[in-house]
Amino acid sequence: MKELTTLVTITIGAILSNNFIFSQFLGCCPFMGVSKKIDTATGMGFAVVFVMGLASAITWCVYNWILVPLNLVYMQTVAFILVIAALVQFIEMFLQKSVPALYTALGVYLPLITTNCAVLGVALLNIQNSYNFIESVVYGVTGGVGFLLAIVLLASIREQLVFADYPKAFEGFPIALVSAGLMALAFMGFSGLDIFK
Amino acid sequence: MLNVISAVLVLGLLGALFGALLAVASKIFEVKKDPREEAVLGKLAGANCGGCGYPGCAGCAAAIVAGEAPVTACAPAGPDAAAAIAEIMGQSAAVGEREVAFVRCNGGTAAAKRFEYVGIRDCGAATKVAAGPLECAWGCLGLGSCVEACKFGAMRIGPNGVAVVDEEKCTDCMACAAACPRKLIVSVPASKKVRVMCLNQDKGKAAMSVCENACIGCGLCERECKKDAIHVVNGIASIDYGKCVNCKLCTKVCPRDAITPIATPEEKEKYKEIKKRQAEAAKQKAAAKPSLAKK
Repeated sequence: MKELTTLVTITIGAILSNNFIFSQFLGCCPFMGVSKKIDTATGMGFAVVFVMGLASAITWCVYNWILVPLNLVYMQTVAFILVIAALVQFIEMFLQKSVPALYTALGVYLPLITTNCAVLGVALLNIQNSYNFIESVVYGVTGGVGFLLAIVLLASIREQLVFADYPKAFEGFPIALVSAGLMALAFMGFSGLDIFK
Repeated sequence: MLNVISAVLVLGLLGALFGALLAVASKIFEVKKDPREEAVLGKLAGANCGGCGYPGCAGCAAAIVAGEAPVTACAPAGPDAAAAIAEIMGQSAAVGEREVAFVRCNGGTAAAKRFEYVGIRDCGAATKVAAGPLECAWGCLGLGSCVEACKFGAMRIGPNGVAVVDEEKCTDCMACAAACPRKLIVSVPASKKVRVMCLNQDKGKAAMSVCENACIGCGLCERECKKDAIHVVNGIASIDYGKCVNCKLCTKVCPRDAITPIATPEEKEKYKEIKKRQAEAAKQKAAAKPSLAKK
């Protein structure tokens, strides 16, 4: 039971109160870059969910089974980047083969997941919080879901913003950044959600 | 020392392992790509304008290689690129004349307004509000949806509130035509400078009342043309560019200044004068002929 509670806490924390974008400010590059259309934003979101989940699992294994026994914990960042880069390469190949439309829609942002700090962040945070394997995977997947939620919300807002009447100087990224900032403020409201602690 | 060696070994092994896995995966997930696709893509304009009707330049290249699109599909790239693509594809390109986009309206500030439109600065949106702010159902709204659509900076809204094309920059991709809710933008041969600047199909008074520059379908141009190149069809003068020879006679008789290049009043006067003289000369000739016959 206690195990389950921890998982629920992790889930709610990763999606709402400690959202990767809005309260940890990780992964902002694709968040701003691919949030023009809901379709591509959803695709990007799911790609990140997938990568973060898988990266959490593999980095946990690498850390606990290779780095810790060999006293190489100080190499964790390098090792994790290696894992993530290989993973993203693999996903790129997979998408190009099976979902070419999504592959072209994601364009340059797919390789950018490689250097996405959210993915590296989730790997490092798993270690920092000393999560076990299941907790790590849950944190990775739900962290990705938090990213998906954030990017789809912003994409919806940006699609509507086309019809808004704002000063011309705010066109494009400025107004998107303002919207993102306001969303981050709104998400701060969830920080009181510590019911399971 | 041992620590350093083990670190290098472990990370090296990890890297080698992932590399091997990726190599295997690249074989499993290999996408067979026609090498010609890359070559064709290199010859396209690369603006991703979508003027060809395919999703971006890569889509167009794929369509060309698949034989779905002609080798001349990419208008912005021009005839040279079409020839190069044709060579890649092993065909010969039928290279046509360079064409440019042209806005068939010269209304703007000269067109009568029904109301002042203050909504979203988008032509499509403006047409949705009580069928648009202009009396003329064909006229350019001047809100610049075509300007936005142009990837080459070749469109702008002219001083009289009508969109105009910079023919130097225009690549005939026709992305502007797709963006125009009034379907005012057409592709015309760049060498033919005589163009009708109106699409209003109303006749006579009806057209006259909505716009100072509207073609009223009077047919003066049709009668003036020596090459049978301009005809009034559906109440609007239209030019057959297969026959037009750029003589500009039609521009000089148009009472509405609806044909570009617009003739100045002096030019019109001069042309009238010449015609008058020609008519008189013809009359004299006709009068002189019978006397000659008598001799």
